[in-house]
Amino acid sequence: MLRLQHVSKRYPTGNQALKEINLTVPEGQVVALIGPSGAGKSTLIRCVNRLVEPSEGQIWLRDTEITRLSTRGLRHIRRRIGMIFQEYALVERLSVMENVLSGRLGYVNFWQSWLRRYPQADVDNAFQLLERVGLLDFVDQRADALSGGQRQRVGIARALLQDPDLLLVDEPTASLDPKTSRQIMRLITELAQERGLAVVINIHDVPLAQMYAQRIVGLRAGSVVYDGPPEGLTTAQLTTIYGEEDWDRNRQADPADEDAVLAMVAQDAGQPRPAL
Amino acid sequence: MASIAPVATSRRWRKPPLIRNPLVRWVTVIGALTYLVLAIQSVTVNPERLARGIQRGQRILAAFLQPDFVSRWSDIQAGILESLTMTVIATVIGIIISIPIGFGAARNLAPLPIYLFCRALITLSRTFQEVIIAIVFVVMFGFGPFAGVCTLVFATVGFLSKLLAEDIEEIDPAQVEAIRATGASWLKLVTYAVLPQVSPRLVGLGIYRFDINLRESAVVGIVGAGGIGATLQTAFNRYDYDVASAILIVIIVLVMATELISGVVRARLQ
Amino acid sequence: MPVRQIDDRKLWQRYDTATRLRLWGGWIGTTLVVFVCWQVISGATRWEFVADAPQQLSQFIGRMFPPRWGYLNELWLPLWDTLNIATLGTLLGLGIAFPLSFLAAQNTTPHPLVRYVALLIIVVSRSVNSLIWALLLVAIIGPGVLAGIFAIGLRSIGFMGKLFYESIEETSREPVEAITATGASPLQVLSYSILPQVLPSFAGVSIFRWDINIREATVVGLVGAGGIGLNLNASVNALQWSQVGMIFIVIFVVVLFSEWVSARVRQAII
Repeated sequence: MLRLQHVSKRYPTGNQALKEINLTVPEGQVVALIGPSGAGKSTLIRCVNRLVEPSEGQIWLRDTEITRLSTRGLRHIRRRIGMIFQEYALVERLSVMENVLSGRLGYVNFWQSWLRRYPQADVDNAFQLLERVGLLDFVDQRADALSGGQRQRVGIARALLQDPDLLLVDEPTASLDPKTSRQIMRLITELAQERGLAVVINIHDVPLAQMYAQRIVGLRAGSVVYDGPPEGLTTAQLTTIYGEEDWDRNRQADPADEDAVLAMVAQDAGQPRPAL
Repeated sequence: MASIAPVATSRRWRKPPLIRNPLVRWVTVIGALTYLVLAIQSVTVNPERLARGIQRGQRILAAFLQPDFVSRWSDIQAGILESLTMTVIATVIGIIISIPIGFGAARNLAPLPIYLFCRALITLSRTFQEVIIAIVFVVMFGFGPFAGVCTLVFATVGFLSKLLAEDIEEIDPAQVEAIRATGASWLKLVTYAVLPQVSPRLVGLGIYRFDINLRESAVVGIVGAGGIGATLQTAFNRYDYDVASAILIVIIVLVMATELISGVVRARLQ
Repeated sequence: MPVRQIDDRKLWQRYDTATRLRLWGGWIGTTLVVFVCWQVISGATRWEFVADAPQQLSQFIGRMFPPRWGYLNELWLPLWDTLNIATLGTLLGLGIAFPLSFLAAQNTTPHPLVRYVALLIIVVSRSVNSLIWALLLVAIIGPGVLAGIFAIGLRSIGFMGKLFYESIEETSREPVEAITATGASPLQVLSYSILPQVLPSFAGVSIFRWDINIREATVVGLVGAGGIGLNLNASVNALQWSQVGMIFIVIFVVVLFSEWVSARVRQAII
């Protein structure tokens, strides 16, 4: 389903974020990407839908080589790839329904989206998804009126309304409390299973990853250092991924936490980094 | 609605309108449209004059592309220098005066009569456009840059005092209390607890006001209050569009330069 | 070093020596410049006129008040024109500033070159006062309300454009990324992720500018661009001070009213 071949990414700053990544994700599999901050997890999943342009290598979704697509082709393939974000990335001043329907933007023309005249089938699906994630009572509320967990549910509904083949999930629980984190992870994996989607979840929390993923990929300094079942993740393996004492030092010495990566992503896209 | 409607049936969704009450909504929309139609209809357009205007516009544009700095350079130079000196003087005096007025217009520092007086002054200054104030000062002091300086001072005071007063009203009361607890007098209180909190912004605003004053100093001359404005109007009245173009270019460059400098200065102050 | 050690005593001073020298230099320089400027202004001033200014003022006020109340009936039409100049001028400015700001903002501009052109338009529009724009437009399309509308509109482009593009640059990037990831076209990304973030501030800025434009529209008539300024000019030239008094009162009320409206609307938006 998803195939990465020799994917590398070097930022204009000279930072080598990814080195020769080879990865194949079959249909219906939930893969958790783990690794220390700055290991390249965020960059990797953004390379898949080319929010970040990979420097080298090929990425295939089914029979399409994403890395070779033109702008238009890229927009078409992005419709098949749903994405869920750490900070939810909702448009706060739009209502829940508008946020969810924005998942259909790739399918409707500009005027339909401007006038909010989506096909009734899309609206039906949106209602169905909102019911599934338990937000049916919030349809016309503004997104900034919701709690963190509720916002993430809106984000999930938006991604699934795209009717994707593949789900990219970037730190879905980093801004949530432990209980909500589990609920969100369960929701994502259940929904993916119902629809037979391949999922790549990029996640900090190793126990949570082991609980919900069928496969774990460990990333360190831009390279895959573990690829196997959750049960195979021994203490020794974790040490290879995170480093025993590097764990803390890494975080301090390297400014490479998730924010720094996002900042680099912003630089790459030629946009200023707004304050969070 | 969630529990009643089964999933299978189609549920319509429309974006809820900005104004929920339909009566208010329609009255607003129709009112706005009616106003627009009436307003546009009241604009009398003389097509013949407009047609001539296009010709003239071409001539003016041609003249503007060949600015004439030379033939009236001494007038331009004198006018620009006068505008600049007016701006400097008016900004400095304006800042000095606006400090006491600003303190007087802050409700948390000033007694009520002083507060009301200062607020009235500020309102008066802010309500009238600079040029109207200039007319009054020209009547009082006669033609010349002094009337212009007074105009700009008056406008500066209205602008700065209001912002200063708002700043003072929003200062952190804990710091005031801490200084007051040391037994400081009112003046000491102001210098130690209030000024440090508001002075950076005051300086920034003062520099910003310098830019505005420069721009305004270019127009008060139209009513005889000194500066480059008189020269500009003369150039227009004599159809010397190439001279007018030169003056406008000088003004634009000057305004851009001061804005650039003041931007740098303000950035360094922070 | 603010703290110096002499023998075993510690001396504390607010600034170190270099900073003190620079501060002194700054003060002396500023004083010199102000002094020179003052000499220039003073040289151009007839001080005997200034000396009897209080007398002039009292005479002036005496002639203005009581105002000629009957003149009010002749002011309704100019007032309606003034309102239209401000409102239609603001709409014109808005119509141009809106697309322009997207071209000028770093994160939405199609090309850096386009960005510089857009920034240049904004700067030129801002540097030139509405009264000067009015002078220019009266020369091109002839005197009347239309020239006033264009003058106000042209001046508003820069003001609104600048504040607009600044708020576009401050939008958060995450929604943009998310909407892009759905496969939306660039226009859809703009309308779904940037526009909702900036609309409230756009509306606030426009209302604010409308309020300023009411004030500006009262004077564009001085150079023939319609509105109540025409009456003011005629009355001043005819030395009809009681009419001038009436006009001042009307302007005062209208501007206060517009300020109140704009404050209320902005409150409702935020």
